[in-house]
Amino acid sequence: MSQSTKNYYLPGPSFWPLIASIALFLIFGGFALALNQIGSGKPLMIAGVLVFVYLLHGWFGEVIKESVSKVYNKQVDLSFRWGMGWFIFSEVMFFFGFFGALFYARNVSLHWIADAQLLWPGFVASWPSAGPKLVLEGSIGPWGLPAINTLLLLTSGATLTWAHWGLMKNNRNQLTIGLVLTILLGFAFVLLQAHEYGENVFTIKSGIYGATFYMLTGFHGLHVTMGAIMLTIILLRVRSGHFDAHNHFGFEAVAWYWHFVDVVWLFLFIFVYWL
Amino acid sequence: MSTATAKHDDHGHDSHGHPTGLMRWVKSTNHKDIGTMYLWFSFTMFLFAGAMAMGIRAELFQPGLQFFQPQVFNQLTTLHGLIMIFGAIMPAFVGFANWQVPLMIGAPDMAFPRLNNMSFWLLIPAALLLVASIFVPGGAVAGGWTMYPPLAIQGGLSMDMSIFALHILGVSSIVGSINIITTIFNMRAPGMTLMKMPMFVWTWLITAYLLIAAMPVLAGALTMMITDRHFGTHFFNAAGGGDPVLFQHVFWFFGHPEVYIMILPAFGILSTIIPTFSRKPLFGYASMVYATTAIAVLSFVVWAHHMFTTGMPVAGQLFFMYSTMLISVPTGVKVFNWVATMWKGSMTFETPMLFAVAVVFLFTIGGLSGLVCAILPVDIQVQDTYYVVAHFHYVLFSGAAMSIMGGVYYWLPKWTGHMYDETLGKWHFWLTTIAFNVTFFPMHFTGLAGMPRRIPDYSQQFAEFNMISSYGAFALGLSQLLFLYVVIKCIKGGAKAPASPWEGAHGLEWTVPSPAPFHTFETPPVVK
Repeated sequence: MSQSTKNYYLPGPSFWPLIASIALFLIFGGFALALNQIGSGKPLMIAGVLVFVYLLHGWFGEVIKESVSKVYNKQVDLSFRWGMGWFIFSEVMFFFGFFGALFYARNVSLHWIADAQLLWPGFVASWPSAGPKLVLEGSIGPWGLPAINTLLLLTSGATLTWAHWGLMKNNRNQLTIGLVLTILLGFAFVLLQAHEYGENVFTIKSGIYGATFYMLTGFHGLHVTMGAIMLTIILLRVRSGHFDAHNHFGFEAVAWYWHFVDVVWLFLFIFVYWL
Repeated sequence: MSTATAKHDDHGHDSHGHPTGLMRWVKSTNHKDIGTMYLWFSFTMFLFAGAMAMGIRAELFQPGLQFFQPQVFNQLTTLHGLIMIFGAIMPAFVGFANWQVPLMIGAPDMAFPRLNNMSFWLLIPAALLLVASIFVPGGAVAGGWTMYPPLAIQGGLSMDMSIFALHILGVSSIVGSINIITTIFNMRAPGMTLMKMPMFVWTWLITAYLLIAAMPVLAGALTMMITDRHFGTHFFNAAGGGDPVLFQHVFWFFGHPEVYIMILPAFGILSTIIPTFSRKPLFGYASMVYATTAIAVLSFVVWAHHMFTTGMPVAGQLFFMYSTMLISVPTGVKVFNWVATMWKGSMTFETPMLFAVAVVFLFTIGGLSGLVCAILPVDIQVQDTYYVVAHFHYVLFSGAAMSIMGGVYYWLPKWTGHMYDETLGKWHFWLTTIAFNVTFFPMHFTGLAGMPRRIPDYSQQFAEFNMISSYGAFALGLSQLLFLYVVIKCIKGGAKAPASPWEGAHGLEWTVPSPAPFHTFETPPVVK
């Protein structure tokens, strides 16, 4: 690559996009087959996931190598910022769809079902509800584990910011300790969430309450897990001496993502557990 | 400046070790090559889904069942819709964005060249899943492209394949849109302020925003569908406290912005072609920008006009009726501006301009029939009739697809370095326009008379109009083969195109040689 850092860095030809396409084809094609009890589905899916992990490792590895060799100028850095910002916006809209379903069911459609007494006499709209034909066994309030989880995630946001301050002051110890604490808090959150799932009597099949509960908290839990893995990779990069006070967008991108996951949780805590 | 750019090119070319043959395309990180792939993919899908439309019109040529069982007929209508929307129209616009946005704003490439290629290559597995779903037991999805439950919940393997195909297409669209937005915000040549951007770039900026906001919502709806189908959730089942209409709300919250995703870039193309051949600047540039923004904002609060007959409180129906009518205001601003641009211009009618003028006229017909559909009491009459089919083909074919054709003729000299065959281009235009109207205009009448859509058989009284429609459709389909021929002929040879083949054209893309060199604007130009 002969471009000086003065010009916008344009990567050369790359195989990674095609590998991404193969990975998603195997994952989704295999998933479709597996859902219909066709034997080849699961192996295809597993192969797809392996290709996907290889892809992430290879593609991000290449980008990290480029970043460390300083081929990115300020403008490229700004591109990454715009890109990450809009990616998070797309994630916001993804959760928005599920929250919309929750509000619609609670405030609109359950009442309509209750009004149609001809179909289901005696059904009263209330929340939580599993609908007129199912029985909801148990639900979950906010002030047990969910409150502890809120505390964990909020603290993890603070420790991450503290780690960022360490990075800005070039205090590598503060950076490392802050990151380790954040990761531990993140995984603790996931473990407690898994524990809560194990305790719950109701399942994803328990009508609209179970469906919205597990869909929202499940996707959120998945995002926390991904975020914690991303933070772990950032920690490994910190240990290999990457990032300095001026040049650390990889760190910031993951931090943005982590705060996004944090905010989604606050909405979950209020609308799924509390109100 | 262009010679300096050309010199720089060779340099970049060598240092990249640019592969040739198949690998040039597979590994490409070049916005022009990726744009070309998008356009060819789109054309292939256009012909494929067009062939399905021929099947539909062959079946509807006469009353009674001729060629297809109703199940197969429904598969044809469903796949025709899905493939035309997600396989033909959307990728064509992304192809235009890839080719033109960096050239128009003076950027060396897209902001994320590798992600750009990934957006394209994700189309392939999605297309494979959709096409393969025709051959699985039970056949392809047959419940319409909107995939409403509870019917969609009962479908077989092909339903899952189609849902996942749409998931992959969603990832492709989101990644592509992030790339386009970032390119527009961050890669403009010095001096090109937002309000100096070409209109096409503006419309794509807004479109990309709509895609990033709408596509994840579709992903959510499809995910709920998958869990309802296989994991025992009750999102769309009233017995479990859900509601089938919930799917329609979430789907159309995506679906209506999607409508503007498919027309705003077309508006951008029109706003480029019309000033060129009127030899006048675009009338009301700023109002055009604000109108586009207004359409984008309003597009998120009109979705339920697709659902007037599926159950909603009257207050909701009224709200969505008025908000829908409100959209005609910014759209009217645009049509007014195009006409005002032509007013007293020294106009010439090369093929791109013919397409552009026809689109302004025909799209307005589609817009007006849209207003008719927006009126609640009328919509209850025309819902699910051929009137709606006529309406959305007037906006999607004579709006979006014909703008794409006009845009292809307009920029072909820049892309290939050759002039296309003007006589054949004009033939293609007239055949397309006449055949299109013969096909779809009668549907207004059959629809108002109550002929339901998505049904392979019909009452005797609709026979004449349907036969006319079918003749038109066959002519329309065949004319597109002429289009294919003109494009190939232009790639193979033809009169050498100068850097700026159109007398009235302005903009950075006309300052580089034709065909545009592999790398352009590696050193950004300065815009005054």
